[in-house]
Amino acid sequence: MSEPCAIGQAAFRFHGGIHPPECKDATRDRPIRDLPLQAKYVLPLQMHIGEAARPVVQVGDTVRRGQLLAQAADFVSASVHAPTSGLIAAMDEHPLPHPGGLSARAITLVADGADTPVEPLEPWPDYSQRSPLELRHRLREAGIVGLGGAVFPTAAKLATDGKTAVHTLVLNGAECEPFITCDDRLMRELPEEILDGARIILHLMGASRCLIGIEDNKPEAQHSLNQAACGDDRFTVVSVPTRYPAGGEKQLLKVLTGVEVPRGKRATHFGLLCLNVATVAAVYRAVVQGEPMIDRIVTVTGGGIVQPENFRVRIGTLMGAVVAAAGGYTVGTDRLLMGGPMMGFALLDDAVPVVKASNCLLALRPQDRPAEPPPAPCIRCSLCADACPADLLPQQLYWHARAKAFERAVDHHLFDCIECGVCTAVCPSHIPLVDYFRFAKTEVWAAEREKSKAHQAKQRFEFRNERLARIKAEREAALAKKRSALADKTPNAGVAQFEPNPVPQASADAAVEAARARAKARRALLEAEREQHPTAPEQEPPA
Amino acid sequence: MKFTPVAVPTPETPNSVTRMMGWVLLALLPGTAVAIVLLGWGVLINVLLAVVAGLCAEALMLRIRRRPLRPFLSDGSVIVLAWIFGLCLPNLGPWWLPVFGSVFAVVVAKQLYGGLGFNPFNPAMVGYVVLLISFPEPMTRWGPAIDQGGAALNFWQSLNWSIGGVLPSGVGFDGLSIATPLDRVREQFTAGSNIHDATLSLFAGHSLSQAWNLWLSLAFLGGGLLLLWRGVIRWHIPLAMLVGVALMAGFLWWLDPNRFASPLFHLVTGATVFGAFFVATDPVTSSTTPRGRLVFGFGVGVLTVLIRNFGSYPDGVAFAVLLMNLCVPLIDYYTQPAVFGHKTRARR
Repeated sequence: MSEPCAIGQAAFRFHGGIHPPECKDATRDRPIRDLPLQAKYVLPLQMHIGEAARPVVQVGDTVRRGQLLAQAADFVSASVHAPTSGLIAAMDEHPLPHPGGLSARAITLVADGADTPVEPLEPWPDYSQRSPLELRHRLREAGIVGLGGAVFPTAAKLATDGKTAVHTLVLNGAECEPFITCDDRLMRELPEEILDGARIILHLMGASRCLIGIEDNKPEAQHSLNQAACGDDRFTVVSVPTRYPAGGEKQLLKVLTGVEVPRGKRATHFGLLCLNVATVAAVYRAVVQGEPMIDRIVTVTGGGIVQPENFRVRIGTLMGAVVAAAGGYTVGTDRLLMGGPMMGFALLDDAVPVVKASNCLLALRPQDRPAEPPPAPCIRCSLCADACPADLLPQQLYWHARAKAFERAVDHHLFDCIECGVCTAVCPSHIPLVDYFRFAKTEVWAAEREKSKAHQAKQRFEFRNERLARIKAEREAALAKKRSALADKTPNAGVAQFEPNPVPQASADAAVEAARARAKARRALLEAEREQHPTAPEQEPPA
Repeated sequence: MKFTPVAVPTPETPNSVTRMMGWVLLALLPGTAVAIVLLGWGVLINVLLAVVAGLCAEALMLRIRRRPLRPFLSDGSVIVLAWIFGLCLPNLGPWWLPVFGSVFAVVVAKQLYGGLGFNPFNPAMVGYVVLLISFPEPMTRWGPAIDQGGAALNFWQSLNWSIGGVLPSGVGFDGLSIATPLDRVREQFTAGSNIHDATLSLFAGHSLSQAWNLWLSLAFLGGGLLLLWRGVIRWHIPLAMLVGVALMAGFLWWLDPNRFASPLFHLVTGATVFGAFFVATDPVTSSTTPRGRLVFGFGVGVLTVLIRNFGSYPDGVAFAVLLMNLCVPLIDYYTQPAVFGHKTRARR
């Protein structure tokens, strides 16, 4: 840096992208306000990527604010904590914010209104005395997940392969989606929390510098963080040209460092780590103040909201209550999205809880959105390919996805698609391209699951055949032994076994009877087996 | 409160297929206007007949295929197809050339393959080639608007000639029709004589009758630049095709300048410029990857010159485009761009 505390300029660019109308004016100057305490909270056990958390409370228990309700069940999992004090009223299926309106297990907490806190985790203002392992464990205990939208458990993200040292932390303050201002407000109001969180991560990872990428449509946020970071020369605020999706992790890393992280590799392979600004603020609270993640900032906006706001919302608050606190819906509102217009999804109902991924509630009236003409055929104009930030050929992917030629789609790098929605936005034929790609991905995943199931079935079948063969062999061996033992006793020992034994006439009939009975029993056994596994041999998948 | 979940409303897409087709039609106007001035009303009659016949054929096919009429008729794709096709036809040809060709292009080359976006071959070129093969004689009826004697047909006279085959008294068909520059070169080539005079006359000749190809090319170049500026087409195909024409013609010319015409001659005559900007760039039937477009355009250019010089038809753009259409799936497969994060890896 030539002069101290200068805001840097991004040195690189990513391919494609668009600049949609920003629509941030309604909330960019609305300070973060705490949402009033609610009577009821619903806490899904899975608000993150990975395994669902395992409940550690029971219906009827009384809990306090910050108390552990469900424990991270795996390495990639996140704990869930009580957003306030109250009674566990239910633990059953509850509708989630999900494009398909799915339900999943959730804990329902009825608040007692006192908001009594549980004894917090030990505050560690001296976090530099703590080992990386201890710190990661703290983040895990506190249920910290990435708040940029991916909700990946942060403790898992910070675990490296141990081969490459992380030298650069990238803070994502791009907030490139239209309408959303929660990160903007956080950066303007609480820059110290963000920087302290970043310092913890720098210490934890042994990294030496931190780049903070902020789109140039947020000069106040750039200024605020730059001011606060001045004096700590590990930090550089970098102004990023406003272009969606500059806030995509891979895109931001490219813009700030020039490194392209391919699919299948993690940023840490390249000595980089990217975290959202809200995530590191949560890290700060968890480590220095001992507070678990029980709230997040949510932008409530759109023409369908009477008074758009930025709220600090306790996780589990029902969305309808959040909208009500923002003055309710305007007349004619007919659509509610969680997330922004590019990557968000439409909800069936607002009786679903705010989860850790809920950065924005966007309510729209018909007049707030463009006409949605029915899709026309693809003319392969390739405007989508020009705009794709992953350098894909969406027009070809669409062709294969539509034809359900999923192998070809995978061959065309289907899984490099980051689902940013740029292709859908530029398509002159108004084809919902991203929806096709999501569909294709789900189909491929389902096929893979089927394949592994079939593989298991095949293994089971082969194991059973082996077992039967073994039993048969053992039985025959025992029989042979018995026969030879018998033969030893008879006078003409050594005569070929297949010749009828010269037995006395009286016992000959008995022997025939016995043989018949044995044959019958064997037949019955075969029959029974065939009934048990009527199609067993046909189940075997082609090798 | 309940909502109806639908696809996410991404920000407004001001673009649409109709708008893109509108730009193509606008870009066709200068070339069409120059063609009418230089070649007479027959050009406009061809275009109008082709458009009307094409729209009727499209409507009929949509009805048979039980597809909605309005979105497909109003997207402008048929008009663009028929317009481009109509411009390819001889200005003194009979009325049934544009009508039959346009119907064939829409019904067989487009709708039978599934309609807009699904046809592997450029429908306009299919229609043109079918006429060229089936009706070789009427397809040669080219001529300047103003003959050597100063006679010209007005709109009604042109219509009379097109529909009824009736010329005003005192005007003979032989006085109107004239061999195109490519025809003349071909004759010379076949006769084994020096073609120098034929190519020179194109530039040296002061009369419109000799230079009309040049003016047309310039007008279509202007329209093509408009499309480039508006982002409707990319530079790859036109540039690669012109380079292909220039290189292939240049190579032959270098081999024997007395037998083969110069690259410049091939660039400005016939349908080279028109094909480079309006035919080969058809997004549906051309390559869709950046490098694939270069391969596609270059192939069209090279084949055009080869067919002009060694094939049995004077111009080769239509055949070249159709031949390259055949190769598009292959080209697209092997020219996929390197995706994000894989750029340093060896290219496929």
